[in-house]
Amino acid sequence: MKYAILTLKALLLSALVFSSAAQAEGKKWTQITIATEGAFKPYNFTKPDGTLDGYEIELSKYLCDHMKVECKIVVQDFDGMIPALNAGKFDAIMSGMSATAKREQIIDFSQSYGSTGQAFATLKSSPLAGMEFKGEVFSLASNEAGAISALEELKPLLQGKTIGVQTASTGATFVEKYLKDVVEVREYKTTEQHDLDLAAGRVDLVMASMAYLTTSAAKPGNEEMTVAGPRFQGGFLGKGSSVGLRKNEPELKAMFDKAIDAAKADGTIKTLSQKWFGFDVTPL
Amino acid sequence: MDWTFTLETFISLVAAIPLTLQLAATSILLGAFLALGLALLRLSGVRVLDWFARFYVFVFRGTPLLVQIFLIYYGLSQFPAVRHTILWPILREPYWCAVIALTLNTAAYASEIIRGGLLSVPHGQIEAARACGMPRFMVFRRIVLPLALRQALPGYGNEMISMVKATSLASIITLMEVTGVAAKIISETYRAIEVFIVAGVIYLTINFLLTRLVHVVEYMLSPHLRAPRLQTPVQGESK
Repeated sequence: MKYAILTLKALLLSALVFSSAAQAEGKKWTQITIATEGAFKPYNFTKPDGTLDGYEIELSKYLCDHMKVECKIVVQDFDGMIPALNAGKFDAIMSGMSATAKREQIIDFSQSYGSTGQAFATLKSSPLAGMEFKGEVFSLASNEAGAISALEELKPLLQGKTIGVQTASTGATFVEKYLKDVVEVREYKTTEQHDLDLAAGRVDLVMASMAYLTTSAAKPGNEEMTVAGPRFQGGFLGKGSSVGLRKNEPELKAMFDKAIDAAKADGTIKTLSQKWFGFDVTPL
Repeated sequence: MDWTFTLETFISLVAAIPLTLQLAATSILLGAFLALGLALLRLSGVRVLDWFARFYVFVFRGTPLLVQIFLIYYGLSQFPAVRHTILWPILREPYWCAVIALTLNTAAYASEIIRGGLLSVPHGQIEAARACGMPRFMVFRRIVLPLALRQALPGYGNEMISMVKATSLASIITLMEVTGVAAKIISETYRAIEVFIVAGVIYLTINFLLTRLVHVVEYMLSPHLRAPRLQTPVQGESK
């Protein structure tokens, strides 16, 4: 009798284990928590009333509707975002994060939903405002030699200047790789902080995403700020902004990829990028 | 734990120790003078000076150091008027902004510690010094201050330790001290645990040495608490 009860218990237990394993296998996503920085206009920013707005906030609503899931957006510091994602604090990152090779070692990315480049900005009164190659775009993927020769031409002008970048941003990597020997680099926690120091004259120029710089220069108080010189994209600067996801969740990646495809196809990305960036950021 | 990575991190962080020590030492030293001044204002008996010192302590002790650093670095630079004063070459530098903020902050806490020390000097000692005919300043220099320092030292040691740790806030205004470098490594490698452990060990070591140092000074300042050293043996054979 005792033996029979034990067997029964064991059976029940194994049934429980099996059923929970089966659940994990085909995990049905009904709720997704998305992290954003809330301080990276026009991708995402906090409005004066405390609510979030921006390209990614609007796009995420579209994507979530398309995936038929309920989404919650949480605000999180950019520099701790990837460890927090892997620690399971949230399920996805939409925060102007470029899918770089280095980041891809740690997390997965959906396909890109927006591709701009990295550019310089300085003050209108600065001698750097008239930098050459204004508005020209260099791809580090297909024309790295051209980019390097353009930078070589700019080096005499940049010699001894101080440049502000956000810590661990692709702009920081760019400056480290190509301009380390001529400029002094200062790293900031947020891009807004390097803008403040640009206005105060503590740094001579900043490097950040083109999209960020154009909106930032249009903000009241930043009238003196202007985008200068060439623009760079591709290569290690990444494939463009993508949704960051944990490595072990291919279902979620497939869901986002499909939703982004739909957003590209029906022109949502184009309309939203015109609204927030003033130019089309649809990745090709 | 990945030991090669931990070792690499350790080497990068060790290179940042001089800046941390420089920030801490400069602000503790400058802060000590300011604190002594504030404590004397509090005890001056002149109401205006007393209230000025009270207000100063109230403001700097009542607001977070982080806010003070932000206001001094990003706040002041917002005013074009500040950017055109002779102070701008100093306020332009993140290093001096950090030193100013840390100094002003520690002075508020330390002034209260020193005031406590000054008040703890037994009245009898001062009376004895007066009776010996010492002028006011000499009483302060020879009797009150040394005794006050001895009384204040344990509390002041605490304040010095918190200043060493407070230098980590300087990383938010682009200074690459130990925490600044640690944050940079973390955002490049996404490995928080190893880096923070190494940074923690570095702060622990600095503070361990600091507490030993305070202990030695305390020992030197309190000979009256120890048994008198034995005199050299009397001459001749005595058993």
